[in-house]
Amino acid sequence: MSENNGVLVRANGVDRSFRRGAEKIEVLSKLDLEIPTGEFLCLMGPSGSGKSTLLNLIGGLDRPSAGTVEVGGKRIDNMSGRKLASWRARHVGLVFQFYNLLPVLSAARNVELPLLLTPLSKSERKKQVETALSIVGLTQRAKHYPGTLSGGEQQRVGIARAIATDPTLLLCDEPTGDLDRKSGDEILDLLHALSKDHGKTIVMVTHDPHAAARADRVLYLDEGRLTSEVPE
Amino acid sequence: MKYAHLIWSNLKRKKVRTTLTFLSILIAFILFGYMVAIKTAFDMGVSVVGEDRLVVRHKVSIVQLLPESYEARMEDLEGVAEATHATWFGGVYQRPSNFFAQMPVKPEEYMAMYPEFILPEEQMDAWLSTRTGAIAGRATAERFGWEVGDRIPIQATIWLRQGGEQTWEFDLVGIYDGAEQATDTTQFLFRYDYFDEARQMGRGAIGWYLVRVDDPDRAAQVADAIDAEFANSPAETSAETEMAFIQGFAKQVGNIGAIMVGVLSAVFFTILLVAGNTMAQAVRERLNEIGVLKAIGFTDGQVLGMVLAESCLLALLGGVVGLLIVWYLISLGDPTGGALPIFFIPPGAFTIGVAMAAGLGLLAGIFPALQASRLRVADALRRD
Repeated sequence: MSENNGVLVRANGVDRSFRRGAEKIEVLSKLDLEIPTGEFLCLMGPSGSGKSTLLNLIGGLDRPSAGTVEVGGKRIDNMSGRKLASWRARHVGLVFQFYNLLPVLSAARNVELPLLLTPLSKSERKKQVETALSIVGLTQRAKHYPGTLSGGEQQRVGIARAIATDPTLLLCDEPTGDLDRKSGDEILDLLHALSKDHGKTIVMVTHDPHAAARADRVLYLDEGRLTSEVPE
Repeated sequence: MKYAHLIWSNLKRKKVRTTLTFLSILIAFILFGYMVAIKTAFDMGVSVVGEDRLVVRHKVSIVQLLPESYEARMEDLEGVAEATHATWFGGVYQRPSNFFAQMPVKPEEYMAMYPEFILPEEQMDAWLSTRTGAIAGRATAERFGWEVGDRIPIQATIWLRQGGEQTWEFDLVGIYDGAEQATDTTQFLFRYDYFDEARQMGRGAIGWYLVRVDDPDRAAQVADAIDAEFANSPAETSAETEMAFIQGFAKQVGNIGAIMVGVLSAVFFTILLVAGNTMAQAVRERLNEIGVLKAIGFTDGQVLGMVLAESCLLALLGGVVGLLIVWYLISLGDPTGGALPIFFIPPGAFTIGVAMAAGLGLLAGIFPALQASRLRVADALRRD
């Protein structure tokens, strides 16, 4: 993905509102954001402040009501659904709070999922899966099903799936939210290593100040706007 | 093929539900196979009957006899290549449930009329030289374990022997095969001259005539000419093509085709609801997972295709296994013990069956697949 003066993600004047019956709910309003390539950015804020909504907009999972979102110098807010899906497959890795692994597939098969969307051969996919699982330290658990793995291990499989296609951008929605402190720390160590050793740009949403402390920068969302100050 | 593992894994997710749906579809296709075989039996191989053959019966009913002398008069008519006759014997072999057709015929004429009956030359010679000789079709011979050389006693229910004797004994001199799968190989044929001399009553009378015409395109005119020839006689005739005769026979039971279509439509509509419900539940249960697939880059079309593939795979598995089972069951033979002499599934019905299974899968899966493909990623992920 090409950069734009070292900036990987640029959101300009982004609004996102939803309708609930006759009521219009403004979640994000005139929001501007720039994320340099390789940064480990943390988004914090109270529930309902729009953290996940912003993450979805950056990842092309949702579209803004107004404004533009550019990633790697390319506008993604006006891409067709099909193009956007293809773009996500190539450039974005997603890590979810509840791992969101497919229970009917082994760890290796879960990691392979995004690779099915690439033109890689079966043997190349297998190699990529092995690499991703070794990065998260789960080579020995490749054939295990999610139900037989601990929460921390499942999240590491989730991260392996997110990095399997070697995307530039990793979006993590409360990745430690369902884990105990020890497992959470291991996940944070892993994300930190992916940022520093593998050059991934990471945007992490969290409620946990301990987790936020591992990021390069922390931004707070308050009433639809971003600030670097902890809101009162 | 890349997605085969994913599709198969999803099918295995709820094993009991998938198995029950699979069994429902399987049973529907077993029923389909039986219906097709029964319809084929009622058509009595209409598709393979000789286009150049007419059946000439008494105008009142086939039960009424015709004079044997009509044969020569028919052969003198323009457009008639040859004629022969047969008579319903209606005897019982061992017990009444052992039903099969028995008919006294003129061997050379009858076998010439039915070239689809394949009889070895030496067995034909043996039949011609043995007055009490008889031949049986392969299906009947195998059914009763008969071999050439066996003596077959048949109890008469219509045609007593002179002196009132009920038992007719025949020497089995040959076993004929059918040229095609739909050829009737259940008949038991014996010599008319032996029958005519030995019967107590009705000498010189026969059941019906079989006439070969020179030109199948003129069969209707020849049939009219035959009926005109015997008009106003004590035994007027009704001539029609063999196909019309067989279809008329089947229609006495009812419109078999319409009954079959009605029953099968009801069955398949029910199965469509069962399979559709299975797929709808399967998709509803994993909306979140579908959201994840879309989040990581699966397009709406790919999601639609995967759900449809899952639905079609289940329907095709049930359909194909059901068709294989029914093919095996039907290959064991007529379950009625002889009432359906031609009992098989035409090869074309398998193709139709597979197409129906695929169609069932598509119909059952289309609405859940559309629901899955239209799912918005952000909405789906918010469901956890």
